[in-house]
Amino acid sequence: MEFPRREAPFLGPRANVASMMLQVLAALVPAAMAHVWFFGPGFVFNLLVAAVFAAAGETLMLGLRSRKPGTGLSDYSALVTAALLAFALPSLTPWWVTATGALFAVVVAKHLYGGLGFNIFNPAMAGYVLILVAFPVHLNLWVAPRMGDLDYQALTILQTMQFTLTGSLPDAISFDAVSRATPLDIMKSGLNNAKTVTEIRAIPIMGDIGGRGWEWIGNFLAAGGLWLLVKKIIRWQIPVGVGLGLLVPTTIMYMIEPGSSASPGFHLFAGATILCAFFIATDPVSAATSPRGRMVYGLGIGFLIFCIRRWGSYADGVAFAVLLMNMAVPVIDYLTRPHIVGHDDHGDKNG
Amino acid sequence: MTAPTYDLGTLHGGLRLTANKSASTAKPIFDIPVPAQLVLPITQHVGDPAHPVVGIGERVLKGQLIAEQDGTFGAPVHASSSGKIVAIEPWPVSRRFGDNAPCIVIECDGEDRHIERAEIAPEFTQLPPEVLLAQIMHGGIVGLGGAVFPTAQKLMQARTCEIEYLIINGVECEPYISCDDVLMRERAVEIISGAQILMHALQIDICFVVVESDKPEALHELGSVLGAVADERITLKQVPTIYPSGGEDQLVQLVTNREVPSGGLPTDVGCLVQNVGTAAAVHDWVIDHEPLISRVTTVTGDGVASPMNVRARIGTTVADIVNFTGGYTDRAQQLIIGGLMTGKSVTSDRVPIVKATNCVLVISEAPSPGPELPCIRCGECASVCPVQLLPQQLFWYACADDEKKMRDFGLIDCIECGCCDLVCPSHIPLTFDFRMAKGRIRELADEKARAVRARQRFEARNERLEREQAERDAELAQQKETARTAGPAAIAEILKRKRQQSEDDE
Repeated sequence: MEFPRREAPFLGPRANVASMMLQVLAALVPAAMAHVWFFGPGFVFNLLVAAVFAAAGETLMLGLRSRKPGTGLSDYSALVTAALLAFALPSLTPWWVTATGALFAVVVAKHLYGGLGFNIFNPAMAGYVLILVAFPVHLNLWVAPRMGDLDYQALTILQTMQFTLTGSLPDAISFDAVSRATPLDIMKSGLNNAKTVTEIRAIPIMGDIGGRGWEWIGNFLAAGGLWLLVKKIIRWQIPVGVGLGLLVPTTIMYMIEPGSSASPGFHLFAGATILCAFFIATDPVSAATSPRGRMVYGLGIGFLIFCIRRWGSYADGVAFAVLLMNMAVPVIDYLTRPHIVGHDDHGDKNG
Repeated sequence: MTAPTYDLGTLHGGLRLTANKSASTAKPIFDIPVPAQLVLPITQHVGDPAHPVVGIGERVLKGQLIAEQDGTFGAPVHASSSGKIVAIEPWPVSRRFGDNAPCIVIECDGEDRHIERAEIAPEFTQLPPEVLLAQIMHGGIVGLGGAVFPTAQKLMQARTCEIEYLIINGVECEPYISCDDVLMRERAVEIISGAQILMHALQIDICFVVVESDKPEALHELGSVLGAVADERITLKQVPTIYPSGGEDQLVQLVTNREVPSGGLPTDVGCLVQNVGTAAAVHDWVIDHEPLISRVTTVTGDGVASPMNVRARIGTTVADIVNFTGGYTDRAQQLIIGGLMTGKSVTSDRVPIVKATNCVLVISEAPSPGPELPCIRCGECASVCPVQLLPQQLFWYACADDEKKMRDFGLIDCIECGCCDLVCPSHIPLTFDFRMAKGRIRELADEKARAVRARQRFEARNERLEREQAERDAELAQQKETARTAGPAAIAEILKRKRQQSEDDE
């Protein structure tokens, strides 16, 4: 009898990229629902716009690079980029702002560097930073979170859609009436105006730990992240690294100057810290790759977030921290190679 | 009965794989009858091919030497049944030694007549180790775990090192393969006896018999035999069922917590590893004078009607074996010699069973994994690599053909276990790529060596020419010097001689 020739191993692979990406998206669902609950339907529009333009950018670039568009889209990585961008943007964002970010993320940050697997920078964060530089005014104000006991003006779906499409609200509603500064902004400007942390924290929008709405979204993001950890889609080193990198210096500062330093809990739950720890920094392509390297990479991001929040001019520092550490990845990978079994590590440097 | 101990070293990574062994372990070992024809490759071991000592047409008996060891490194081959030599010709074999290899073909007479056995030798404990080693060399015994390293040479090499531990490897970690498991169940006595012979040959006092936790029957049998033998030098150890803990270096690490140095051997850290099958073969030869002419092989997979373990004569073709066990099923689409993870696919079932063949695996075609995608550096490969390599980085350097980096990142330390392939979400055939890259590195090294030799030859020639020129110059200078120092008298003498010569000529 005759048989075909194959190469070992003869077992099929156990995992695939598409299912990994889908699980990342699934892990974001609870947090997305919380986002809509607290900040209104704008998130959905942002997500739709980002997804459409990211997919369009992916298709365009795969076509230009003579790749089959089917294979690229079916890995869902463009969708993950779109979702992360949507999480980073305020729920009231005009469509062209979101579209610019999504296109830049996919076309420039991802495909001009060689596509999935070759991009140096995290695409979603590159897109976000472009928006931050090009349309800073749109990132300053978030719609007020659902406050329950406090009066606030919620926008209807149609009103939100109108803003997304035109960039302006119906005449009867003033932007100021529906928007608030983010807790991180309030903290930063409060401290700059010589208020104490206790005074700032007394403002209702600051919530219990990290800001009304934000802390709950953070909980759901953390739950999704833990689920990814259990499913081994991500490994523990980066989330733990980001957490320690941020919590250690903030705790020290909090103990030294409690009046002018926000609590570690606030730093953890405010802004994009948890999103970063579980979903952004864990993007394997742009992260360090060895276990120790990932720890260093995570610690670096956490520490940079702390530095930017404390001394920088931006309220949150996640995007810059991630991009800066992306640049450090090659050297981290080189310096944190694991011990190879049977190698003498001292005489091995020039192997 | 002796209970197994568990104190173990650590091994990085590895995978828990679906064992698929119960189908073949349910039945006792089945003896394959004498086939019509036996095909015996002259190279069934690492080293020099054996040299045939029989001619076409010659009749041979079972156990007769038909190809003797040639060179210092190799093993002899014996006839595995009686019959007539009909051909010595290239024949398809499992790919480890190329597609076709010279084989001695015996047409069996079916009588299975045995060559006269040597007289009863003295008890092995009375023999000096060197004599015992020489004796083992003539038995054609090679490592039956798959590496087929000639056992006698392995022992002799070990004798030159300081060896502390003999490790008998009963860790059969690849899915489907169960020949060692059933061997341990049915021949535990012979395995322990073989271990005692090996300990005597090595003159050492500590032996670990190591078995995986998913083989309770084998552990029980070995424990009972050890209890009966009451040899306290031998300890039974149980290790967790994780692929690839049965690899030689991995097992040493697991049992002793010592790392075999890169490019080195277990003997460098005081260990010698022998497979359970090899131990039994050593017993069969030293005690019963039966050379290595048969082995236990697992015939399994959804492509065979009746999965089982068989004892087959070396040289029986896969086609004969499958026929004897009940034939193929209609799902037989791939023939693999060895296991799912490290086996070799062969294109024809005319290949014979050789000393290395631990499994004949016939399976249906695996579903296509889909296209190969770019590496997303998820690092799953690194987390399962038993040698703690970074396959994702190695892959990068292999693509770039960066030889120095590949060396730096330990390409040559890759044991090709295939774990990284299995967990890669991008379906990159990493093991295959690394195998190719290793080949290229070897080629490059050969090329470099050739270039160095050529340069040395060139330099040697230049040097020789210069030296000869210098010698000639020195000689000339010497003559001139002689002429000068000797002065006019000498010149007159020379002239006189010349004149004399010319006068004589006239």
